[in-house]
Amino acid sequence: MSIKLPFFTRRTAIAGLGASLAMPAIRPAFAQTTPIKVGVLHSLSGTMAISETALRDTVLMMIEWQNSKGGILGRRLEAVVVDPASNWPLFAEKARELLAVSKVDVTFGCWTSVSRKSVLPVFEELNGLLFYPVQYEGEEESKNIFYTGAAPNQQAIPAVEYLMSADGGGAKRIALLGTDYVYPRTTNRILRGFLNSKGITDADIIEEYTPFGHSDWQGIVARVKTFASQGKKTAIVSTINGDANVPFYRELGNQGIKAEDIPCVAFSVGEEELAGIDARPLVGHLAAWNYFMSVQSPANTEFLAMWRAYIKNPRRVTNDPMEATLTGFKMWAQAVAKAGTTAVDPVRDAMIGQKVDSPCGYTEEMHANHHLSKPVMIGEIQADGQFNIISKTPTAIPAENWSPFIPENANRRRP
Amino acid sequence: MQRAGAKAPVARIMLRFLVVLFLFAAPSARAQDAFTELLSGLAGGFAQQAETVQRLGLLGDQRALPYLRALGDTRLLRGPDNTLVVSPDQPPPGSDVIRINNRVRGALRGALGRLQLSSTDPNERLVAAEAMLRNRSAEDIPLLEAALGRETEARIRDRLALALGGARLAADDPATKRIGILALGKSTSPEARALLLQARAASPELETEFAAAIASIDQRLALRRAAELAFQGLSLGSVLMLAALGLAVTFGVMGIINMAHGEFVMLGAYATFVVQELCRGIPWLAPWSLPLSVPVAFLVTALIGAAMERGLIRFLYGRPLETLLLTFGFGMVLQQVVRLIFGAQNREVISPPWMQGTLVLPGEITITQNRAWIILFALFVLLATLAAIRLTRFGLEMRAVVQNRRIAATMGIRTGRVDAMTFAFGSGIAGLAGVALSQIDNVSPNLGTGYIIDSFMVVVFGGVGSLMGTLVGAFTLGLFNKLLEPYAGVVLAKVAVLVAIMIFIQRRPKGLFALKGRAADQ
Repeated sequence: MSIKLPFFTRRTAIAGLGASLAMPAIRPAFAQTTPIKVGVLHSLSGTMAISETALRDTVLMMIEWQNSKGGILGRRLEAVVVDPASNWPLFAEKARELLAVSKVDVTFGCWTSVSRKSVLPVFEELNGLLFYPVQYEGEEESKNIFYTGAAPNQQAIPAVEYLMSADGGGAKRIALLGTDYVYPRTTNRILRGFLNSKGITDADIIEEYTPFGHSDWQGIVARVKTFASQGKKTAIVSTINGDANVPFYRELGNQGIKAEDIPCVAFSVGEEELAGIDARPLVGHLAAWNYFMSVQSPANTEFLAMWRAYIKNPRRVTNDPMEATLTGFKMWAQAVAKAGTTAVDPVRDAMIGQKVDSPCGYTEEMHANHHLSKPVMIGEIQADGQFNIISKTPTAIPAENWSPFIPENANRRRP
Repeated sequence: MQRAGAKAPVARIMLRFLVVLFLFAAPSARAQDAFTELLSGLAGGFAQQAETVQRLGLLGDQRALPYLRALGDTRLLRGPDNTLVVSPDQPPPGSDVIRINNRVRGALRGALGRLQLSSTDPNERLVAAEAMLRNRSAEDIPLLEAALGRETEARIRDRLALALGGARLAADDPATKRIGILALGKSTSPEARALLLQARAASPELETEFAAAIASIDQRLALRRAAELAFQGLSLGSVLMLAALGLAVTFGVMGIINMAHGEFVMLGAYATFVVQELCRGIPWLAPWSLPLSVPVAFLVTALIGAAMERGLIRFLYGRPLETLLLTFGFGMVLQQVVRLIFGAQNREVISPPWMQGTLVLPGEITITQNRAWIILFALFVLLATLAAIRLTRFGLEMRAVVQNRRIAATMGIRTGRVDAMTFAFGSGIAGLAGVALSQIDNVSPNLGTGYIIDSFMVVVFGGVGSLMGTLVGAFTLGLFNKLLEPYAGVVLAKVAVLVAIMIFIQRRPKGLFALKGRAADQ
């Protein structure tokens, strides 16, 4: 790692904000109409700021980009940025403020599932429109939310399938390690159902949960080692969130667990997270996403160039939730253009069936369940903190937000 | 490694075919061809790569070594017209590097093991022996026997014997297999146990040998696991003690409820980071940045502590509630200041090489080096603290002021100065804890908040005012926590420890080591 200037991101973010606010002055064509208001509901302080600040910047970048193309319906776009400060109840308050006071036409926001659960009733009550850009555990479908991240069948299940395949090492025993909250617990419940259906019994699965920010991984890693010495190929599936990943991977390295012996596939470790770690001991461990920065596609080249120009840092990385934000934004812009209005109900109807050539190199489509079809990619961590894509699905696959591996969903009908 | 096993027969047959071919044709020219022909397969798909690597290993041609090493380190490039280029150091981004996956990496380890078995470097031979155990195959028996015959170093001999046992286990002949089982049964390695379990189903006629070998490994493994669990408990105990020791001085001795204690720990960790960054440019100093940051962290946090005591806390002596609120607020200010200076993102403190990896003790007990160092460091800090309090003039004055402030003052001790120094001393110890924690935890502005509750818990449990109590308390809690973890899980174990402390404090409100005599009554 080289020394990063601590103020750099903040300063550039402010510069970017300034640039987007300065936009109206440069484009007098908009003068006559009222602007379209775009709410940005991402934590800019507190524990989630590390991840969510980049998403705020992505939305601002997209607004600037859209305005440079003449806005939508001849109207200029204007950002309304609020800071819910990683505080879940405050998310609901800020959502209400955006909808009732600022009267935004659309909101892009949230990262953790708990923040989304917190704002959901507000968006339903006031009939707002939220674009949620992060992979999550599924088991939800609101008419007021569009989910542009992956559902479990677009990330978790294919990743485990890969581990069980010949290329992935043919894992027969799985250790499910996670942070103790709703996303890992639900995901692991679905995975357990999936593994059982594939003939892996509960005797060959262990589940361990740790608090947020856990740092003492020696016991758990030692238990995984013991678990792996039963004569069957073992793999780790990690739903560990946030900075607890750093000491976890460090302990894996220190205890000499190599990716070729016990591979570890993670669902919440992306380019941004790896930017803060010495990735050399992690080479060969895996991550599953629907987009990696290393994807080779014209749309991605354009995305990277746009992002680096906007953030004024040629070394900034992109990641999956940023890509999902961009795709969601483009779809929304297309839907507004199609509906001819920003009113929530017509835009919602126009959203279904929208297609975008996403930076992941595939055409993603919004389906009636408010989820996107997405390709699944498995990447191996490389020494420079980037991912080497070793497997991807030939087509984008539709989301199953109600997992068939949760027994209660058997009787659920499509709304 | 089952895949490698399944692949092996194909490769084996191919090889035999090739060998037969060489015997009849002009051998040297053909061998040259076989090597170069094989080499191009390294640039193929993952399955082809894995097979090529395996065959290169079996070929035993030492010329393959640089190529295989380069492939593993992502230094092998695709050159013009299907040639392969070994780059001496990391190629620039954007060059056409040949990528591999875990399957290839596994095959690579086996092939490198075969080729490096005759290396002159004992470390390479050790790695090779390890690799041969993991990617064992019956073909390797003569190779391993030869290697074992000329090996002189005991630790490598042990490993080679194990690898030979593994290779014999993979043989088809039951007699060879039996020798393999007996060899593996003498080890204490979980890998050997896994191998035995894997091979068990295939040969029911050797069931008794298998059962005996596995039982014998299990017996030693149980001992090894118990020792490792004890180490984990000691390690957690040492971390708790480091975090609590500063508090044992400020809270235990002076009676200040210092809620900013965790922030002093955090400042110590950031001091370590700053020292590391300053040393980075100076090559001869860079490896010593961690030892160097020990005094720096102590001084920085001690100075801030002294300033805090003189500037704020001294006005609130005798008003515990206000002190609590003040220090809590000050802690938040410190956090935010650090966030403004260094950013909210975690900072990376690199572990020096001597703190990475594991240390293997007799009986194959493996302990992680960084935690072993931290245990030693914690004991060192404890001894230094004890020495400072027992043996120095400052310690004498400190004890005098604590026991009876007014008489101490009449004896000519400047009590205000002693207060400041004591608080600075406690803060400095917290800074030392930060140096250690930077090695195992994330260096972030909220590093300290995770330790403040644990620290108070240790001090109260051990007995307020007793350093020995802090020592015993920390290690008791650490061991108790780690012993519970395998049964209860991390979250429940922590809850159980808290409940146990609550019950204990109900019974013994003064903790493990209650102070006796007049000082305790004040």
